Amino acid sequence: MPMIPLETVAPVAATGLFSFAWLMIALPATGALLLLLVGKPLERIGHLIGSATVLGSFGVALVLFVQQLGLPAEARAISLPLYQWFTAGNWSINIGLLVDQMSILFALLITGVGGLIHIYSIGYMAHDERRRRFFGYLNLFVAAMLILVLADNYLVLFVGWEGVGLASYLLIGFWQHKPSAAAAAKKAFVMNRVGDLGMTMAIFAMLAMFGSSAFVDVNQHAEHLDPLWATIIGCLLLLGACGKSAQVPLQAWLLDAMEGPTPVSALIHAATMVTAGVYLVVRSHAIFAMSETASLAVVIVGTVTLLVGAWIGTSKDDIKKVLAGSTMSQIGYMMLAAGIGPDGYAFAIFHLLTHGAFKANMFLGAGSVMHGMNDDVNMRHYGNLARYLPITFITFGLGYLAIIGVPPLSGYFSKDHIIEAAFHASPVIGSLALIGAGVTAFYMTRLMLMTFLGAKRWPKSVHPHESPRVMTIPLMILAGLSVVAGLAMNGWIQEWLEPAIGSHPHEVEWLPTPVGMLTMLVVALGVAASWFVFGRSDIPATAPVSRNPIIIAGRNDLFGDAVNQALVVGPVGHLARGVVLADDKAIDGAVGTLVATLGGLSKQGRRTQTGFVRSYALTMVAGAAVVGLLLLLGQMA
Amino acid sequence: MNVDNYLYLAVILFVIGAIGVMLRRNALVAFMSVELMLNAANLVMVAFSQQYGNLHGQVGTFFVMVVAAAEVVVGLAIIVTIYRTRRSTSVDDANLLKL
Repeated sequence: MPMIPLETVAPVAATGLFSFAWLMIALPATGALLLLLVGKPLERIGHLIGSATVLGSFGVALVLFVQQLGLPAEARAISLPLYQWFTAGNWSINIGLLVDQMSILFALLITGVGGLIHIYSIGYMAHDERRRRFFGYLNLFVAAMLILVLADNYLVLFVGWEGVGLASYLLIGFWQHKPSAAAAAKKAFVMNRVGDLGMTMAIFAMLAMFGSSAFVDVNQHAEHLDPLWATIIGCLLLLGACGKSAQVPLQAWLLDAMEGPTPVSALIHAATMVTAGVYLVVRSHAIFAMSETASLAVVIVGTVTLLVGAWIGTSKDDIKKVLAGSTMSQIGYMMLAAGIGPDGYAFAIFHLLTHGAFKANMFLGAGSVMHGMNDDVNMRHYGNLARYLPITFITFGLGYLAIIGVPPLSGYFSKDHIIEAAFHASPVIGSLALIGAGVTAFYMTRLMLMTFLGAKRWPKSVHPHESPRVMTIPLMILAGLSVVAGLAMNGWIQEWLEPAIGSHPHEVEWLPTPVGMLTMLVVALGVAASWFVFGRSDIPATAPVSRNPIIIAGRNDLFGDAVNQALVVGPVGHLARGVVLADDKAIDGAVGTLVATLGGLSKQGRRTQTGFVRSYALTMVAGAAVVGLLLLLGQMA
Repeated sequence: MNVDNYLYLAVILFVIGAIGVMLRRNALVAFMSVELMLNAANLVMVAFSQQYGNLHGQVGTFFVMVVAAAEVVVGLAIIVTIYRTRRSTSVDDANLLKL
């Protein structure tokens, strides 16, 4: 891969409607403040406020997007400085927004899909007595995510980065009465801190190297960056991205994060937050352009994760965990594309957007299934639900066709481009990505067969029923997006993104290329294999005991927790116990001895205070005599 | 003029006073002994004032007398109060101020 510094267009100052870009963030932030601080009085309309702010924000984003469409390409990146945050020495950190071709697409995704998920949640959380708080947290998340994607420098981005981490923590642990949910929230928070360490170090390094953390300055000065430092910063950014996007080796939190309510999984752990890592890598393209090593690291992380996620997806019985594994895997594809460099950036964002639509659709569909099945998530208790939940089945089915890449649905376009770009970069990576596509088809078909087809396996006490309108309408809209998003964006997204991310658009093939044909063949094989295994015979209601190491590893999340336990938790635990022991014995011991000595001494000293005036008088006289004697001796000497 | 004899007298008075404070239990007597010690000191000052022919010692004496008068006012008031509450003027009975 030749390393060419990328040309990006400098943003122009905001005028007209763009001066109101901050409204996008302010609306959900106000919603969060109202819902969380005012509290009880808003109990009955909280969900309406929460949804309205996000939809309002979507309206603003849409208006700005239409405005941008009308502008010439080099004037589409708009910067909107808000105020100076702080200055220290030569550094001056400003808070400002950057509304460019990439961030506006993210804003549309976050507020659009986010708005639909808010509406869906009105139905999904209808019987939860803490619904107002739930919407407050969701608004907080949307505001933080918008700060993340609209920031014009890394420090402000980091504010949003931490904000979404907080919202994720609060929402995973929303049902905090369940110990498993509380533990999952903690796990996600702690593992994200590991990534954040990389993120902060990268920002420190940038401040030291460029004297600024603004994207404009970083892009401008990156060409002259020392290659070693480019590699260091790139790898640190990648660590941050791994934490947020659940990429190997920081992937273990995502599967547990499914403890949160399903809309949370759809919004945060599928469509938006977990893709922040991809955004970060693409946003930092100027750094990665200077370091082949760092780019290669991104490719490797992406490839490994796409296979690991798919592997986990094949062997889980929990419908949400299958989708979580699938999310990891799809984000792996995006990372892979982002690591390929200028050829892949646009495809990473493309796949991110289509994935946001179809994966949110499928997560919400899974939520709809759970809604009808008394919150049972075990697919072995499902079966034949297509008859009972027809709308969910059709919408989920469209998402399914999109993710496995059936033309002309959205996943076909975005994933096919990535696989082709991967083949272009290296046949090995390309083949692995191709295998991933086959496995994706395998586990998604398995999910469909176990959930919607086959014989019914649920107990008599369960009466599956279709969800209310407020839940099915967002499903239909998202399903529609899953179908058309690819076709709609395929023709122009590369040119649209080019000035922002410096990728060089190349001819888009509308008809399947040889690689595309091969992909479809592999996908067809995956579907067939899945039907062969799961479609022909009845599925046992409990998972059969297996000796197959591949299945065992998959069921145990590839032993991610065990690895963490052995490499980090165990040693750190021992270290902590050692430190506690040293503290107890050595430091507390020394302090304790000192205290006991002084206490003993003062106990003796206290005896002189008898309370008898005459003995005090004696002491005084004796003291005066001693002083007199000393004076006398002094005179004589 | 030789002040030796005045000094001897002062020392004797002071020692009597000091022994009185240390040995007598009656608060009033202890109080009188303190006055005796003060007056012994006064005597020394007056004597040296005479010897050196200036008034410094006599001025000091007046200060001591004023302070002693003030002290008597407060001290006697305390002793009377203690007597009223505890029916005793023995200093050994007033031993509550200890740990």
